[in-house]
Amino acid sequence: MPRTLSAPVTVAFDYTRSTGPVLGRFLSGLRDGVVVGGRTSEGKVVVPPPEFDPVTHAAVDDFVEVADTGTVTSWSWVPEPVKGQPFERPFAFALVTLDGADAPLLHALDVPSPDDVTTGVRVRIRWRAERVGAITDIECFEPAVAEVRGAPATSLEAAAASARSETPEVSRLASLAPQPPAVTGIVVPIELDYLYAASPEESLFYTSLSEGKLVGQRCPTCGKVYIPPRSACQADGTPTAEEVELPDTGTVTTFCIVNVPFLGQRITPPYVSAYVLLDGADIAFLHLILDIAAEEVRMGMRVKAVWKPKDQWGTTIENISHFAPTGEPDADYETYRVHL
Amino acid sequence: MRDVAVVGFAQRQMAQFDGSPTCVELLVPLFADCYEQTGWTRRDIGFWCSGSSDYLAGRSFSFVQAVDAIGVIPPVNESHVEMDLAWAMYEAWIKIQTGEADTALVYAFGKSSAGVLRRTLALQLEPYTMTPLWPDTVSLAGLQARAGIDAGLWDERAMAEVANRSLTDAEKNEYAVRQGGSSVEELLSRPMYADPLRKHDCAPVTDGAAALVIAAEGRAREVCERPAWIRSLSHFVDPMSLGTRDLKRSPSAQRAGAASDLDGVEVAELHAPFSHQELILCSELGLADDVRINPSGGALASNPMFSAGGIRIGEAARQIWSGSADRVLGHATSGPALQQNLVCVMGSEG
Amino acid sequence: MAKQPAAVIGVGQTHHRAKREDVSMAGLCREAMDRALEDAGLGLDEIDAIVVGKAPDLFEGVMMPELFLAEALGAAGKPLLRVHTAGSVGGSTAIVASSLVQAGVHRKVLTVAFEKQSESNAMWALSVPIPFNMPVHAGAGGYFAPHVRSYIRRSGAPNHIGAIVAAKDRQNALKNPYAHLRNPDTTVESVLASQMLWDPIRYDETCPSSDGACALVIAAEDVASGSPNPAWIHGTVMRSEATSAAERDQVNPQASRDAAAALWKQAGITNPIDEIDAAEIYVPFSWFEPMWLESLGFAEPNGGGWRLTESGETAMDGRLPVNCSGGVLSSNPIGASGMLRFGEAALQVRGAAGEHQVDGARRALGHAYGGGSQFFAMWVVGSEKPSN
Repeated sequence: MPRTLSAPVTVAFDYTRSTGPVLGRFLSGLRDGVVVGGRTSEGKVVVPPPEFDPVTHAAVDDFVEVADTGTVTSWSWVPEPVKGQPFERPFAFALVTLDGADAPLLHALDVPSPDDVTTGVRVRIRWRAERVGAITDIECFEPAVAEVRGAPATSLEAAAASARSETPEVSRLASLAPQPPAVTGIVVPIELDYLYAASPEESLFYTSLSEGKLVGQRCPTCGKVYIPPRSACQADGTPTAEEVELPDTGTVTTFCIVNVPFLGQRITPPYVSAYVLLDGADIAFLHLILDIAAEEVRMGMRVKAVWKPKDQWGTTIENISHFAPTGEPDADYETYRVHL
Repeated sequence: MRDVAVVGFAQRQMAQFDGSPTCVELLVPLFADCYEQTGWTRRDIGFWCSGSSDYLAGRSFSFVQAVDAIGVIPPVNESHVEMDLAWAMYEAWIKIQTGEADTALVYAFGKSSAGVLRRTLALQLEPYTMTPLWPDTVSLAGLQARAGIDAGLWDERAMAEVANRSLTDAEKNEYAVRQGGSSVEELLSRPMYADPLRKHDCAPVTDGAAALVIAAEGRAREVCERPAWIRSLSHFVDPMSLGTRDLKRSPSAQRAGAASDLDGVEVAELHAPFSHQELILCSELGLADDVRINPSGGALASNPMFSAGGIRIGEAARQIWSGSADRVLGHATSGPALQQNLVCVMGSEG
Repeated sequence: MAKQPAAVIGVGQTHHRAKREDVSMAGLCREAMDRALEDAGLGLDEIDAIVVGKAPDLFEGVMMPELFLAEALGAAGKPLLRVHTAGSVGGSTAIVASSLVQAGVHRKVLTVAFEKQSESNAMWALSVPIPFNMPVHAGAGGYFAPHVRSYIRRSGAPNHIGAIVAAKDRQNALKNPYAHLRNPDTTVESVLASQMLWDPIRYDETCPSSDGACALVIAAEDVASGSPNPAWIHGTVMRSEATSAAERDQVNPQASRDAAAALWKQAGITNPIDEIDAAEIYVPFSWFEPMWLESLGFAEPNGGGWRLTESGETAMDGRLPVNCSGGVLSSNPIGASGMLRFGEAALQVRGAAGEHQVDGARRALGHAYGGGSQFFAMWVVGSEKPSN
């Protein structure tokens, strides 16, 4: 029997990132099937272009087109790819210095095994057929074999030479904006899976809930009863251990009426989110109030838990569907004033 | 500058912690250890600072609940950095230098096993052109390892020597999650994992927490017979880009070393989550061959995220407390391929 | 050992907007930083250390973004720190930066706090459901609304107080060229007519979600003495307490009271309402103005706060101008908001607050809070060097 309860949580969002002018220029180039680097104040061509010059700190605005062929300057093998990486089967990550650039770019290299790559090997970009203006427009690098597919060695070398020369008409695009609208943003979906574990005290609380009981813990130092229980009394840091079973009746100390819908919300607004101070507890916890019009809920209202049918119970506070008014007279303000 | 010493240290590590990612449950006994070592209670602590990362826990404000472990009635002077324990200690050291506090307890925690660490750490990269490829820390470290191999600065044998020594020393460390040296030949006979790295060249995924107590002058002398006096505390950062950095080097580590007086350092606890990184650090810090490296086993034996750097400082301090050494160094790193580095030199004289 | 004197000699901020789609994260930070450096008359290379502040990384989906930003922020080759203390982070970051100078470790520190929260959605990032718990949590507003209700009950406040604050701060924002919300039609009536979001908090009583950054240059005495108008730091305090300890006062938290008392003592202030000329107080939901006025000691507890607000004394021409910049209600890049309060206080005593300047302001308060009203960071700045 595990000591703690756990459940999966996925934290996922499609992040919308605005790129600013420098990365936008780089990504626009990728969309157009061209790699654009930035020339720094020291005369180095860096891919991707740094947003700000490493020496002068000024925004980089000297853009240089480089070739889509280059040399591997380092690589490492990925034997067990994780979700989101460029391939689902083993591949290599590589630093590739493209012809015309002075600094390498990080990307994937599609080779069948570590034996098929060495530092210094010539590679070329495999472009994605449909490009949107993202680093993944480059699907990966692949070995550049000179005689393959109409890319004879001589024209590769010529392209490399012209990319490297000081004032080539072809490679200098500093003042030329791309014709389709420039890329200004990218969408990066980020999804991370976690296994969330509750602490042993919280686990006890949730396990008790699965048996229809509300169990808190008392701090040995100050005597306060915490529900849900914490690993340490927040007032003095003492670990709490003494279990205290509490009734499922209590008082609403304060509350709000949630009207606003939001992403990830699970209860449909309008709903009353209230702090319920169970009889015998010294802290209140948030729960839902139903079976009464929202505008009639008031501070001090006496409530009782309404449990879901037993066959729907799990190890969760959601076994209590909501709290409903008992009809008793409201608790005197003085009895819960210190809990506000 | 005020004289400040490390006077307390506690740690807990495990391959997989089954409790809450807030790690309060781990912190409570650590604080108890610190109080026992110093004879203090929470009311003697003038400043608290923690180190952790929301992304490790998968929740915003994950450090907030950890404050429960302190017992914050009355309220406390407290701060938090989204960095390793070593930098939380730095902030506390600064606070003591201002005179606002004389004692501080810093702590850090991390439940790496809550997520898939290799994926989570891909978010620690440049978000536009790196993260979308989800490069993992092992691959990035591999790129660095290969750069040194290609340049003839080290080879797989040198890496295996680091791993073997670390795993052997870890046998004496009750906190290490990976132990057991064998021989360089045996390690080299094990299969390649993420070429050029073998599994033992990479730190194990570890959950854990740690705490350090630091105090100024007289307060330190009150509670510790041989305080580990902080002689220097420096840190620097390099650019992240793997393209523009010379991966065979760590300039920020070199700067941190240069800002410290490393003469006479006998023991160095270096935070090197990959075996080749220890070789880079020894070179950047200019450590002589007779300096004892990582008697604890180092990060290759146990690497709880966000406390591993601070643990190096604690382990180094222990060498002073026990009388084993008079001058020691604790190092911490952050970011891919030794991007950010902190060096703490401690000495025995008051 | 006494703290070495330190002063703010440069303040910079971005134009705060719902979405700054024209810049990357680096661009956003540099906009604020470059303004602060120009104000200080310094170049990035002259800075000794950089301190970055930012709220939860989930907002931008980047773990420890200061690492990838290091080069763009001019931090390569320098010491870099990253502070995260929830909503108070902008303030605590400024305090950590000041400590570096007050400790005598650095002479010129640049600190920048930012949030580019439009890259995700702030409410989502603040409300990711935790297993086993009741998913009633409804963002920051949903958290604070019950405690606002408690304040109203405790103090007997009439219902329109929140609207007075909202109208005031939004009108003030019209005099701040950087503010996000600049709507000239906001009045007490229009606020009261706006939709109830988390009863009792209305739509117009709620802060916006903004992209933005704020940067400060903090310098040692010898450097600051070369500045025409430094804002000398007279006191800094941070205090924290637990989220839900038994009998914790959520309306007037102990940590807030303790922090304020310690701050006034450090700054040698015995009568805050008379001695503070302008206050930038962290008010993300309008009712927090009267609540914090009481907690900080500007007004008597359990009612003094709302009476002060109602009397008009917290308006720009009042006895204690509060949030002349428009405050958090007008611009809220969460990670930066605390530093904006600290920076705006500095602008006031430097006579550099432009159209929203309080004439002759000599001492000002910058205040920030975070978490469940549990983390507090505050400072007092003045136009004269502190006497202590």
